[in-house]
Amino acid sequence: MKKSAVHRSIDGIWRIESPRIIAGLARMVRDVGLAEDLAQDALIVALERWPETGMPDNPGAWLMTTAKRRAIDHLRRNKLRDRKYEELGWEIDRQHEPDWDEALDDPVGDDLLRLIFTTCHPVLSAEAQVALTLRLLGGLTTEEIASAFLVPEPTVAQRIVRAKRTLAAARVPFEVPPKAELAARLSSVLEVIYLMFNEGYAATSGGSWIRPMLCDEALRLGRMLAEIAPDEPEVHGLVALMEIQSSRFRARVSPSGEPILLMDQNRALWDHLLIRRGLTAIERAERLGRAFGPYLIQASIAACHARARTASETDWVRISALYDALSQVAPSPVVELNRAVALSMAFGPEVGLEVVDALMQEPSFKNYHLLPSVRGDFLMKLGRKQEACSEFNRAASLARNEKERELLLRRASESAAQ
Amino acid sequence: MRFMMIVKSTKDSEAGVMPSQELFDAMARYNEELARAGVLVAAEGLHPSSSAIRISYPEPGGKAKVVDGPFTEAKELIAGFTLIEVKSRVEAIEWAMRMPDPHGFGEGEVELRQVLEAPELTQDSEALAKELEMRAQVTRKPRS
Repeated sequence: MKKSAVHRSIDGIWRIESPRIIAGLARMVRDVGLAEDLAQDALIVALERWPETGMPDNPGAWLMTTAKRRAIDHLRRNKLRDRKYEELGWEIDRQHEPDWDEALDDPVGDDLLRLIFTTCHPVLSAEAQVALTLRLLGGLTTEEIASAFLVPEPTVAQRIVRAKRTLAAARVPFEVPPKAELAARLSSVLEVIYLMFNEGYAATSGGSWIRPMLCDEALRLGRMLAEIAPDEPEVHGLVALMEIQSSRFRARVSPSGEPILLMDQNRALWDHLLIRRGLTAIERAERLGRAFGPYLIQASIAACHARARTASETDWVRISALYDALSQVAPSPVVELNRAVALSMAFGPEVGLEVVDALMQEPSFKNYHLLPSVRGDFLMKLGRKQEACSEFNRAASLARNEKERELLLRRASESAAQ
Repeated sequence: MRFMMIVKSTKDSEAGVMPSQELFDAMARYNEELARAGVLVAAEGLHPSSSAIRISYPEPGGKAKVVDGPFTEAKELIAGFTLIEVKSRVEAIEWAMRMPDPHGFGEGEVELRQVLEAPELTQDSEALAKELEMRAQVTRKPRS
C-alpha cells in the first residue's frame, strides 16, 4: 500500500480508536497527559511501520497493544508502578502483575466515562474543559480545535498543556465520581458538551447551512455518553435537545445569510431524522421515570415545536407549562422572558406583559435588547401603540446586530404610523 | 458529514431467508459499536423486493409506469442501510471496512455513499460563494 494511503487510513483509525486507547492507558498510568503521550507514541510507530509492513488485521488492537507495552515499560522504568500500587493500596508483588490485557478491556465504556469526567473536571476552566475534551475524546488535533474556535493554534496548545498540568497538580483521580458527587459532576460534563454545542451554534450566525464541527462533536459526545451512561435522564435530555436544535440548521438562515426565526422557518427543511432521534431520546429519558431536569425540560419544549407541522399548530399551553417547570428547576431572567412569550402565545399578551413587567428591574437585562423588543410586541398586540413605539426604539438602540436593529426600527415606525 | 453504508441484496435476502444467528449477533455488536462511538444515525433492513413496486417514467413528461416486484438482478437491489455521521471520509471508510460481511457466503457487498449536504443542493451562486468563503476560513490541513 502507498504511504499516503496508509496514513489516510491511520487518520480514520485514530479518530475511532484514540479515545478508547487514551482512556485505557489513563487507567493504567493515572495521568491523562501521560496517557495521551503514550497513545501518540504508538501512533507514530504505526505511521512509521505500517507503510512497510502493511496494515495489521486489527489495527485498533495493534495500537492498543503497542501503547500498552509502552505504558508498562514506563511504569517499570520510573518505578512509578510501585508508588502507584501503594497509593492504590495494592500489594507489591512482582509475580502477580495485574493482567493489563484484561484490565484494558472496556466492554461497558467505564474508562471512557472516567475520561470524560476527568476532562470536564471542575478544577479546570470552561475553556480548558472544552479543549481537553475535544482533544482526548474527540481525537481532534490542536489545529482543528483552534480553527473551530477561530483562535490561534498556540493558544489552544497552551490551554491543553495547562489543563493537563492542572489535573496532575490537583491529583484528580481517574474515576467515575462517588455517588455523593455524581449529580454535580455529571451536570458539569453536560454543561461542557452543551457549551461546545452552543459555541458551534453561535458560529453559524454568519450564514452557513453546514452544521459546524463543534455542534457535530458535541452531538457525537452526547450520543456516546447516552450509550455509556444510559441510566441518566439528563444525558438523554441533553442529547434530545441537541438533536432537535440541530434538525433546524438548514432552516435557520436565509440564502442571503439573515437569521430566520423559529416560527418563520420552512419546516420542510428541518431534518426529520434528527427530530425523530430527539423524540426517541426524550422517550428514553421518560422511561427512567425520574424527575425532569433542565435539559429534559428544554428538550421537551423543543419537541413541542418539532411536533407542530405548522407554526399555528404549536402547543403553547404545554410550552407555557414546561417553562413554568423550567423556571422552578433552573430559574433565570432569560427563562422568565421566554416564559412570558409562551404565556402570551397561549393566553394572550396581557398575561405575558405581567411577567415581562416584573423583569423590568432585572439588572442583567439593563442593556438586553430582547426585553424591550418583547415588551413592545406585547404592547403592540394590546393596541398601546405609543408605548410599543418607544420600546422598539429602545430595543433598536441596544441591539448589536445591524440586521436586528433595522428590523426593530421598522417595527417602531410601523407602530407609530398605525 | 453523513455517509450511507448500503448493503446489497442477495438471492437469500431476496428469498426472505433470515441471516444466521452468528451473523445477526455480529451485526448487533457492530451497530452497538457504532452507537457507542456516537456515530450511528439510523440503521434499517428492508423487505425483499417481492413486496415492492417500481415506478418509472419512460416518457419525458409522460405517465408513470408501475411494475410490481420481485425484481431480478439481486446485486442491484438494496437489502438495508446504515447511516453514520462522521468527521471525515477516511473515518467513514474505516467504519465501513469494519462492518461484518453482511451475508457471509460470498455474495456480501457493501456500498459506501456520501450524503449530500445542504450547500451542495443550493443553486444560489451568491450563497455558494459565501459558503466557500466561510469554508476557506476554517479549512484545516489533514493530520500531519
